[in-house]
Formats: sequence, structure tokens, C-alpha cells
Amino acid sequence: MRALVIDDSRAMRTILSRLMQGLGYDVEAVGDGAEALDAVRRGPRPDVALVDWNMPVMDGLEFVTRVRKVPEWRDITLMMVTTESEHGQIVRALAAGAHEYVIKPFSPDDIADKLRLLGLA
Amino acid sequence: MTMTVGDFHYISKLVRDRAAIVLEPGKEYLIESRLLPLVRERGHDSITDLVADLQRAPHAALRDEVVEAMTTNETSFFRDGAPFQALTERVLPELIRARAAERSLNIWSAACSSGQEVYSIAMTVRDVLAADPHWRVRLLATDLSQQMLTRTREGCYSQLEVNRGLPAAALVRHFRRDGLSWRISDDLRQMIDTRSLNLAEEWPVLPSMDVVFLRNVLIYFDTEVKRQILARVRRVLRPDGFLFLGGAETTLNLDDSFERLQIGRATAYRLRDGKASA
Repeated sequence: MRALVIDDSRAMRTILSRLMQGLGYDVEAVGDGAEALDAVRRGPRPDVALVDWNMPVMDGLEFVTRVRKVPEWRDITLMMVTTESEHGQIVRALAAGAHEYVIKPFSPDDIADKLRLLGLA
Repeated sequence: MTMTVGDFHYISKLVRDRAAIVLEPGKEYLIESRLLPLVRERGHDSITDLVADLQRAPHAALRDEVVEAMTTNETSFFRDGAPFQALTERVLPELIRARAAERSLNIWSAACSSGQEVYSIAMTVRDVLAADPHWRVRLLATDLSQQMLTRTREGCYSQLEVNRGLPAAALVRHFRRDGLSWRISDDLRQMIDTRSLNLAEEWPVLPSMDVVFLRNVLIYFDTEVKRQILARVRRVLRPDGFLFLGGAETTLNLDDSFERLQIGRATAYRLRDGKASA
């Protein structure tokens, strides 16, 4: 299984990458939505992407929206991992096509739990 | 069960050194409630015995178990997943058919703690029955602790608590932001009655239950009390009702009037031959 970690914070990329590796994933980590789109295009395609919301160049919501427009990418599971915690923001992300949503700060178990909900851990 | 000041210091230092979690004085109850299952499992009589064991021969496995018991978040929404899937796929559909005439269900969360279990049941019931006005579904949430019952009634959860196990779709559907917390909808809160109840003592008169959630609570009691509790469950459970225990719990060798039933990945228990005993 492959995971794509998308976050502009290097520390967060490291934390999430280690966490996903611990769950048995091969991990690629990038710093914004545009780099993430390149990574998906280039392949190998990830099974799951952990997506921060607020990032330079292209934010997480835009990334999710763009991924969802490509039928061949519909198998990619998208999980927002963000400090955005307003009700309306979560609704927007889910409406755009995110499958799950984890609010920062989170504990490692939260990510594993959500992956389990999605049948991915 | 009581613990000494020395026990407290030993455990809190162990947890601080190994998990960076600080247990202030006053958290003795937390240590007791988390370590009691381990004390029983290891055949000790008290936390003092457990600590003595650790001090005598500080073996890594036991130390790890203590730290894990102290740091594992013991409650979450949809904890363990499988029982709620079983509710959706089999238990509720079967009971809805069986109760088609009376259109009423009673479900009990017997050690409700801060309420995540009973609200997970409420969300599941709401998904299965939608908001069918013809059905009356009552959820009883009981606990020993008044503080926990108050939390359950309030239905207000921190960011960390809603991250845990709760699907985002359920969060936005059933919760609203309330300052830094999330509050569950009045609609679901109104399905729930809370009541103080000590499982180990005589129970008050309870309605007959269609489903009983008695999860991760028998582990705190010795064999005799477990038997008494299961005997009382037998009396409140309707003959075709379902009992859910925690993953590490069973009625086996305790009460043979229950039979085990596998529903997907969940284990449920039913009264043998659908007969309740007096």
C-alpha cells in the first residue's frame, strides 16, 4: 500500500510519514497540492493521501477537488489532516470528495482508527 | 481497592518516564480503574501487590503492560467497530421485524462512561430507522460516576474525542461546534435517559431490554460478581435480545444460559433457546 503525505510543514511530513510507515505503507511526502498532483500523475499512484488544507501554491481543498475530477483516480482515498475545524469547512471538504477528516492536533491512533474505518489498516 | 502513596509514586514515575504522561496526585482513581483488570489478570490481590511484583523483578513485559493500560484511551466513538456493524446489519433489522407490532426498542449502555458508546448506538439506530416517528427507541445510559453521567447528558466532546473513531460524515451530521468543543444534536440527546447504577449491587427495576451493551466492565470484577451481573442481565434481557461484551470478555464458564453468536467480526450473546430464566 502506498501513502502520499501532503503538508507544507516539514515536521508534520516527518510525523505523518513515520506513522504511515509504521502502519506498513510506502510513503512519499510533498509540500503542497501542486507537487502532490505531479506525484499522482507521475505515479506510482497512492492508495491513500493525507492532505493538509492550508498550503502555499495549491491548498488541500483544491487538490481534493482536482483529484476527484479524474475518473481514473477515484480509487485514491483522501483524508484531510488539518487545523481547520469549523463545521462548515468539514462539510466543504467532504462535499469536495474527501473521505475522512482528522483535525490537528491528533494522536497516532486517530489516523489508524480512521484508516480502519475506511478498510485501509 | 485502595493504593498507597508509594504505589502512586511508583506508577506515576513509571508512566512519566516511559510515556511522558504526568499523573498529578488526585489521579489515584484513574490508576485504580486502569490497572484493576491487569491486577486481576495477573492473579494479584491489589495494586500494591502488582507494584511489589514490578519492584521485585522489573521485567519489561509487565512494565509495558502497565504503561499501556495507563495510556490507552479506553473510550471512543464506535469503539471496536464490529458491534456497531452488527447492530446495523443484523441486530436492529431482526429486532425491527420482531417488534413490528409494538414499534418500541430499549437499548442499554451499562457502563456508559462519558457517553461515546450510547451516542454511537443512537447514531446507528438513527441511520437504520431514519427518524421514523412510529418507532419509540429509548436508550438507557448508566454509570457509577455522577460526573460521567453529567458528561453523557451534556453530550459535549473535545476535538481530540471527536477525532477518535467518529466518521467525519457522522460528525458533521450529528454534531455542532460549541466553542472549542463539539456538541451532539438535541435530537440524539433526547433519545437517552441517564441513571446512576452500580452493576455490582442490586439493580433498580429496569425496562426489559432488547440489546445490552456491557462492554469492558466485567473485567473489573471477580468471578462471583461477574456471575451475579450476568444473572441480572439474564433477567432484564428479552428472550430474543442481544448482549454485547468487550473483546476480552465472555459468558463462557460464567453463565451457560447464554450462547455465543458470531455476527461478522462481532461476538454477541443470546439466551439459549430464547428463554429468559427467572
